[in-house]
Amino acid sequence: MSGENIFTGLTEEHGGDARWAFGTGFTEALAGVDTTLPEGVDGADLAAYCQMLGDDALIQSQRLIHWVTDAPELEEEVALANIALDLLGQARLLLARAGQADGTGRDEDAFAYRRPAAEFRNVCLTEIPRGDFARCVTTLLVLSTWRLALFTRLADSRDPVLAAIAAKGVNELAYHREYAVSWALRLGDGTPYSNERMREAVADVWPRTGELFATHPVEAALADRGAGVDPASVREEVRGVLDQVLTTATLPAPGDFPEAGVAGRDGRHTGELAPLLEELQRVAREHPEATW
Amino acid sequence: MPTTAQEAPPGADEALQAEFDARIADNQRIEPRDWMPEAYRRTLIRQVSQHAHSEIIGMQPEGDWIATAPSLRRKAILLAKVQDEAGHGLYLYAAAETLGVDRAELTERLIEGRQKYSSIFNYPSLNYADVGVIGWLVDGAAICNQVPLCRTSFGPYARAMVRICKEESFHQRQGYELLMRMMEGTGGQRAMVQDAVDRWWWPSLMMFGPPDADSPNTQQSMTWGIKIDTNDDLRQKFVDMTVPQAEKLGVTLPDPELAWNAERERYDFGEPDWNEFKQVISGSGPKNAERVARRRTAHEKGAWVREAATAYARKQQSAREAAA
Repeated sequence: MSGENIFTGLTEEHGGDARWAFGTGFTEALAGVDTTLPEGVDGADLAAYCQMLGDDALIQSQRLIHWVTDAPELEEEVALANIALDLLGQARLLLARAGQADGTGRDEDAFAYRRPAAEFRNVCLTEIPRGDFARCVTTLLVLSTWRLALFTRLADSRDPVLAAIAAKGVNELAYHREYAVSWALRLGDGTPYSNERMREAVADVWPRTGELFATHPVEAALADRGAGVDPASVREEVRGVLDQVLTTATLPAPGDFPEAGVAGRDGRHTGELAPLLEELQRVAREHPEATW
Repeated sequence: MPTTAQEAPPGADEALQAEFDARIADNQRIEPRDWMPEAYRRTLIRQVSQHAHSEIIGMQPEGDWIATAPSLRRKAILLAKVQDEAGHGLYLYAAAETLGVDRAELTERLIEGRQKYSSIFNYPSLNYADVGVIGWLVDGAAICNQVPLCRTSFGPYARAMVRICKEESFHQRQGYELLMRMMEGTGGQRAMVQDAVDRWWWPSLMMFGPPDADSPNTQQSMTWGIKIDTNDDLRQKFVDMTVPQAEKLGVTLPDPELAWNAERERYDFGEPDWNEFKQVISGSGPKNAERVARRRTAHEKGAWVREAATAYARKQQSAREAAA
């Protein structure tokens, strides 16, 4: 399968109107995509890995959604909605892939709506409460820089579905990072007050960054098979980008990422995840027999 | 070459007015640099900015459901739709700005309650079927109102409407598709759809404005080519278009007087509660205060961010000048 096949699956019924984000059409997420597992890759591992990356995107998207109708400018509402949509699209593909790889055939909604918090595999930074616009920018800066570094490598995955999802995601994430950088600079080097807000935001976000580079056994196994990326391998690159951005934004460099073990990847989350999921899953759980 | 206000010698207003009238009569577009009567400019600023405000406030009733949308596909559809509405607001504010008014000023007018927006958005959205019904009926009514405006006399407004109508049609189709799916689902889902239809039907009919007899500005606006059809004509068109869709969907429209009139070849229908309309328009609707307050809060909370952006731009500008 070539990487282009998934784009065919993503095109959907929009008369070629690429303006519409993935996922607004009326077809199944991975329809028509060859989903055969690559040789030597364990299906359960691949499914767990897809949930990790999918849950990161889903939870981050859910946090961003609340900026729509609440941002400092309309342009920011459009941009943040766009970023949330991109991440939601990535989550849908990854969760659909998880359901195929583990052989259960569960669809994206089974993962999103019918798992308790302890079964989510996202990193805890995605759960950080929304806070002010400086925290939004800082969280987005860190997560997009990290995910872009991962996806750039993942585009060469031996799993053709992951490779295609990553190849598409790289363009999206490059935009997300660019957007976050542009605001980090404005806020950091704007007014004394905005600089102070950014310092606080970096101080709030930084303690959660260590986990981004802690390797889960599933990540190690898939990296070993050429299907996944060991997050420890992107640590220096991410550090370099963030140092450069924060320094240019006249903010103090926060130093190295704290050392941390795996947490969210093993289902150990902050207390912030459960209320987030309660909201995400509420209507679906109220109508368990319904189709939407 | 169009004549501009700047070039006009004193006392030339009559000639300019005659040229303007001739262009309108000839169905030609008026562009921002063209001379236009002040009343035309004022009316357009009001119409276009109220339309922009409606898009922005209109993000709220549906936006409330993005976080709880019951499937990821529905979440993506709704998020994209609400994002489009923000985009529509932006095009329309840009169109208004070509008439010499500042967007920041228009935002102030909105959040201080000095300017109106479509009163439909002062009703609450109570269950997920509301998302579908807003798409089907509210966007449907908006399309009926807006398609003729693609031919409106002011160029920037007409061009904005072309793009907006295209997207609104897509939203309407998505709303209807959600309702179809829900009607094929559980009894509870069908009840949700009927409940939403019962609540949104009359407010949708009110979106076309008061009856022609009570719409004093209609005639002047039609002469100027910034209104193409009367309120009652558009309302009739909407009812005729919607009734067969309701039948196909399997819902009952809450109007006992609704019936096909074979002689007129149109549907007869009841009169909306115009007292309720006046109350909602004058600010006493169920959600008026909340909608405006939310916008005001977002704006005020974001002031330091906008100030930072301005300060940063100024610093960059100084740095460029110093380097030059």
